[in-house]
Amino acid sequence: MTATLDTAADAPVMEVGKERRRKEDAHLITGRTRWTDNIVLNGMVHLALLRSPYAHAKISSISVAGALDSPGVVGAWTGADFPEQGGLPCAWPITPDMKSPVRLPVAVEAVKFAGEIVAVVAARTKAEAVDALEAIEIDYEPLEVVLDMQAALAEGSTLVHPELGTNQNAVWAFDSAGAGTGGDVVKALADAEADPDQVVVERVFRQQRLIPAFMEPRSTVVDPTSEQITMWSATQIPHVLRVLIALSQGIPEHKLRVIAPDVGGGFGGKLQVTPEEIITLMVARKMNKPVKFTETRSESLLSAHHGRDQIQRLKISARKDGTITGFDVDLLADMGAYLGTVGPGVPILGAFMFNAIYKIPAYRFTCTNVFTNKTLTDAYRGAGRPEATFGVERMMDELAVELGMEPMELRKKNWITHEEFPFTTISGLTYDSGNYEAATAQAMELFDYDGMRAEQLRRRESGDPVQLGIGISTFTEMCGLAPSRLLGSLAYAAGGWESASIRMLPTGGVEVITGATAHGQGHETAWSQIVADQLGVPFENVEVIHGDTQSSPRGMDTYGSRSLVVGGAAIVMASQKVIAKAKIIAAHLMEASEDDIEFASGKFSVKGTDTSMGIGEIAWAAFAAHNLPDGVEANLDSEATFDPENFSYPHGTHLCAMEVDTETGKVEIRSYVCVDDIGVVVNPLIADGQMHGGLAQGIAQALFEEAQYSEDGQLTSGTFVDYLLPSAADLPSFTLGRTVTPATTNPLGAKGVGEAGTIASTPAVVNAVIDAVRHLGVKDVEMPCSPQRVWRAIQDARAGASTAPDAAPVVAGPAEGVLSTGVALGGSE
Amino acid sequence: MTALSVKVDGVKYSDDVEPRMLLVQYLREKLGKVGTVIGCDTSNCGACTVHLDGKSVKSCSVLAVQADGGEVTTVEGLAKGNELHPVQKAFHQCHALQCGYCTPGMIMQSISLLSENANPTEHEIREGLEGNLCRCTGYQNIVAAVQSAAGEMSGKSLASAGAAPTDETGTLR
Repeated sequence: MTATLDTAADAPVMEVGKERRRKEDAHLITGRTRWTDNIVLNGMVHLALLRSPYAHAKISSISVAGALDSPGVVGAWTGADFPEQGGLPCAWPITPDMKSPVRLPVAVEAVKFAGEIVAVVAARTKAEAVDALEAIEIDYEPLEVVLDMQAALAEGSTLVHPELGTNQNAVWAFDSAGAGTGGDVVKALADAEADPDQVVVERVFRQQRLIPAFMEPRSTVVDPTSEQITMWSATQIPHVLRVLIALSQGIPEHKLRVIAPDVGGGFGGKLQVTPEEIITLMVARKMNKPVKFTETRSESLLSAHHGRDQIQRLKISARKDGTITGFDVDLLADMGAYLGTVGPGVPILGAFMFNAIYKIPAYRFTCTNVFTNKTLTDAYRGAGRPEATFGVERMMDELAVELGMEPMELRKKNWITHEEFPFTTISGLTYDSGNYEAATAQAMELFDYDGMRAEQLRRRESGDPVQLGIGISTFTEMCGLAPSRLLGSLAYAAGGWESASIRMLPTGGVEVITGATAHGQGHETAWSQIVADQLGVPFENVEVIHGDTQSSPRGMDTYGSRSLVVGGAAIVMASQKVIAKAKIIAAHLMEASEDDIEFASGKFSVKGTDTSMGIGEIAWAAFAAHNLPDGVEANLDSEATFDPENFSYPHGTHLCAMEVDTETGKVEIRSYVCVDDIGVVVNPLIADGQMHGGLAQGIAQALFEEAQYSEDGQLTSGTFVDYLLPSAADLPSFTLGRTVTPATTNPLGAKGVGEAGTIASTPAVVNAVIDAVRHLGVKDVEMPCSPQRVWRAIQDARAGASTAPDAAPVVAGPAEGVLSTGVALGGSE
Repeated sequence: MTALSVKVDGVKYSDDVEPRMLLVQYLREKLGKVGTVIGCDTSNCGACTVHLDGKSVKSCSVLAVQADGGEVTTVEGLAKGNELHPVQKAFHQCHALQCGYCTPGMIMQSISLLSENANPTEHEIREGLEGNLCRCTGYQNIVAAVQSAAGEMSGKSLASAGAAPTDETGTLR
């Protein structure tokens, strides 16, 4: 026993809340990494993929004969050469009548976006495979492309998928009157129009298309040389991937093992079953050899899924005292050419978030998903919620201007006060906890809000060519995806639970198996902290195992700020099961009644005595099994699955001070303050890191990034030369604050932090840009607010032209013939 | 094929390579130095940054044959035994990495930056790392790590910095 690690007596200090440095770092800072592309197996062949240069075309002829004759080539295939290929799965049919095109890994007859795969070459080296692509002969018959959503919905439009008969993928609607959660928004807005004591504000905003742009390009290795095929992939979702491959490709689930080794970021971009993964798998099975495919950055930007891309028509009404009376949300969401794994559902998540932290009496949300000849869209950090938060927070500023109110005062007038929790919102969710007043007060103090407003006024009055703008975003988000029953009601194919198991090793170590597969989030460290507290063992004695369907067989993986909230809760449950099992053995060994055994800080004690045993001693006793109670199994291991009853609702107040050079359009963030309430924090260092990175991505949407297409459907921002990821020189240092109201819906009290910065920051930044130049007549600047766009908006405003992106009137409800297909009751059609 | 002799992380190699082979491909595919990674194909991201004859280069923008007769240091060659380079330690201590994919290049560029400017301001650090992209951290903790490493390394020559005495911050796990 002296060689064991039972040092429970030394571990009374709580680990949760400590700024533990990460266990993950040691191998990452020394280059001892296991990226998928690092894997080399004997006999491995390398793939190169030929992609369509046309956004819409028929493949009139194709021959890979030349490629087969190239040096080092061991195989070459067209789409027709893969009769076994199944359509890529979409797990979220949002309505029963949703139109779903078949999406083959390798196109056979036609291509629907530039970048679609049309042929595959396998060779001894990657270079030889790439060389051989040039010897493939292919003729296309180019077809007319449709890129604009409104054009795609117009009568007579070119159809992306003629067999569907329409470019409309689905219409999903929620109406508070029908759902019984509130009033009739049509009536509310009509009443407001007729009421001199009310105002109505209409705006159209564009959520530009973004690219997740994880730093590690996607890569897949498949080894078919044993009965169970092994796939390594740079994915966020090894478990989901395995299930969906089984469902869509005719490979039994038990014949496939999926491993996500070190994965270099995802941000939703690796929440996808990709054609490249299926192709690598198919070629490996054809050749009975290990196969690798690693994409180039250009391929990644071109064909890995994009995010956002909405047109938002918003209409809000309020009384002159600022009280909101109705909010109507009408969206067009660009799916691109095909449906991704969860793509159709992404904009729908916004249905529950446009009402945000506000008490809105009448509300409607309608979303029309549209096909175009572009790369598909799917989850990108925040997924539906950044779009919603942008829409409502921009509208709050617009409404404040219309009412002549201070924008923070307007928010205060309408938000849910801390006494009102739990609060059931107009969209039907129940917010369990929060304190918007506290977070806002702290943020305003850190920011010196009044001082900034005073400076803004001075600079306006003095006519300073560099004007100061102040942007606000008081946001909440729904995190901890997701309650399985709710997912079921939204027609999502699977549940939202998470799994954990714990193995108590006889020598005192603890292995924790989590289904929440990390790709940079620091789960190994945070999970160790949780288990150290739960079981009273040293942090160092905990090993976290994840990302391999063989060793962590159950899981729903990592996205939607769910890992800690759902996966962490599963770990707490599994720990409690270990303690319950150990207690029985402890009582037996200490010859006491189970009722008299207490557990604290890793020790089981007999009440009222000084008799105790450490949990490591019990683990050894279970392992030795010399003296166990009758019928008790010889281990302390446990397994638990946590399914949340509700989402969690992090919230915060973000304030941005922006300097705008009115002569050049240059924008520069002077100060960025955010105070976030993410519930109980397990590791403040990691939580702050998630905030920093999230802010960078949200600010990047506001100021830098946009996936752009030429008129013929070519992605013109297809490299990092053209797609502007911010560098260190483009971003400021952020000032972070924190308030804590614990979540009541999970045992950790945690709310989730992965998406907060991204969701909150975009409207704060854009509101700040506009606030700086609104006195010049600027009402809107389309994102990204580049110097050119800001300068143009100022010029247009000075010339008396409208700066709103679309002056078309928005009627109450969906615009006729474009958006309307009626409104369903109770949430979905 | 072209003959190439190069020293990488202290080991001499002689190989015949295709003239078109990039240095990063040579490191990864021929030498198994997979600690150095590829993040883009336009030399924007800097994930592949290594030192060639003491200066940082993006190894995707250098042909392997251009390193002939030279000396390359990668992230794998920074530690002296178990003793990490102060910049490696600082990245760990300041939580300057999340997924870690940009980290090898970020560390190599940070060392290069500090060799040219031992006491950089925040602005100088941000400008100096402009050619290295990170998607996870928002750069705030990377800047802090470089500042922290600068503090630790001040007074020591860069050559000897890797042999700094072990302290608590250098202990991993």
